[in-house]
Amino acid sequence: MASLKDLRNRIASVKATQKITKAMQMVAAAKLRRAQMAAEAARPYAERMDTVLGNLAAGIVGAGQAPVLIAGTGQSQKHLLLVATGERGLCGAFNTSIVRLAREKAQQLIGEGKDVTFFCVGRKGYDQLRRTYPDRIIELVDLRSVRTLSFKDASAIAAKILALLDQGAFDVCTLFYSNFKSVISQIPTAQQIIPAVFEAQDEGEGGPVYEYEPAEEEILADLLPRNIAVQIFRALLENQASFYGSQMSAMDNATRNAGDMIKKQTLIYNRTRQAMITKELIEIISGAEAL
Amino acid sequence: MATLPFELVSPERLVFSGAVTEVIVPGAEGEFGVLAGHAPFIGMLKPGILTIKGDGAPRAYFVRGGFAEVNPAGLTILAEEAKPLEELDLGVLHQQIQDAKEDVNDAATDEGRQRAARQLADLEQVYAALESGRTGGGH
Repeated sequence: MASLKDLRNRIASVKATQKITKAMQMVAAAKLRRAQMAAEAARPYAERMDTVLGNLAAGIVGAGQAPVLIAGTGQSQKHLLLVATGERGLCGAFNTSIVRLAREKAQQLIGEGKDVTFFCVGRKGYDQLRRTYPDRIIELVDLRSVRTLSFKDASAIAAKILALLDQGAFDVCTLFYSNFKSVISQIPTAQQIIPAVFEAQDEGEGGPVYEYEPAEEEILADLLPRNIAVQIFRALLENQASFYGSQMSAMDNATRNAGDMIKKQTLIYNRTRQAMITKELIEIISGAEAL
Repeated sequence: MATLPFELVSPERLVFSGAVTEVIVPGAEGEFGVLAGHAPFIGMLKPGILTIKGDGAPRAYFVRGGFAEVNPAGLTILAEEAKPLEELDLGVLHQQIQDAKEDVNDAATDEGRQRAARQLADLEQVYAALESGRTGGGH
């Protein structure tokens, strides 16, 4: 049986761990609030963009000369999976669940005989994908040095993606990220961004007839690349909020587990101490009786 | 005077939201003013200064990249960058002008070069306007 000193050491070490997880939980909670606000602030822009583009696209696709970003390259042989994950661990299943979704999609596509390549944003996803698909990853964007995500970061990623499209590196691009529903629920999501998919407008003929300046084609040519950046930006913000939400609940669990462990260890410690006292008493008494 | 609901949105946040009487927007094909009851309209923006007229003094914002949408519900401007003119740092603007110059040089196609050159000219115009405004005792 472990000595009393060993038990004391173990309890002290669990307590120290608990303090760390508790602190991490509180830091994550504070950051979560900020990330959540950022994600919510970005929503109106992305939604407006979607509506306007949806309206424009509906008109253009009918005319039969849609730009590449809406109509696609006409093939679906080469797929690019843009996998956005966190930069750090200790956040429960956050990174793993995004990677799992991407991996399932990749397996399905490979099974269909398509070419699959990965574009990783975030080191954790890269580390996990590297194990299964070491030679399919073409790019890694590391956002570790970025303190607050700005639109510029997303624009830079979008520019890389568009350059790849120009080179003919892929036909279809799918974005993987985690959608922030609430602190306890983050949903890994796959969203096809190239060619863009717009939700059907339910207003139909009832919508206002817009005048365009300059012409519709020119506006679309300018807005579509920008839309890619907007979608990526939104995904990154959602991801960040999800990351902190996930980290917060993971650290909350860890703190609670540490508490349970301390309770259990303290019980064992007290029991052992009591047993030793009883043993010593018995020894003294039986020694006295032998006299 | 009739008011017009107006929202100025950047990817990072909602910059301005409220009822105003008139907004002067730097459109890609010239500045235009929007009053209440404007016909539905979608127009591109050029980098420039957007002026909001409502109660009190007119307010000026620097906007760059994006578009304006007018519909019966009001005017919405989605700009890649939008901030009050007072917060605009001339140094940052100067940096953007340098970037734009590089874009002009790096452009691979004629069309791209033309677009970059237009962008550069617009930025320089804003810069000149701001500088004269500041040295002349603010605006």
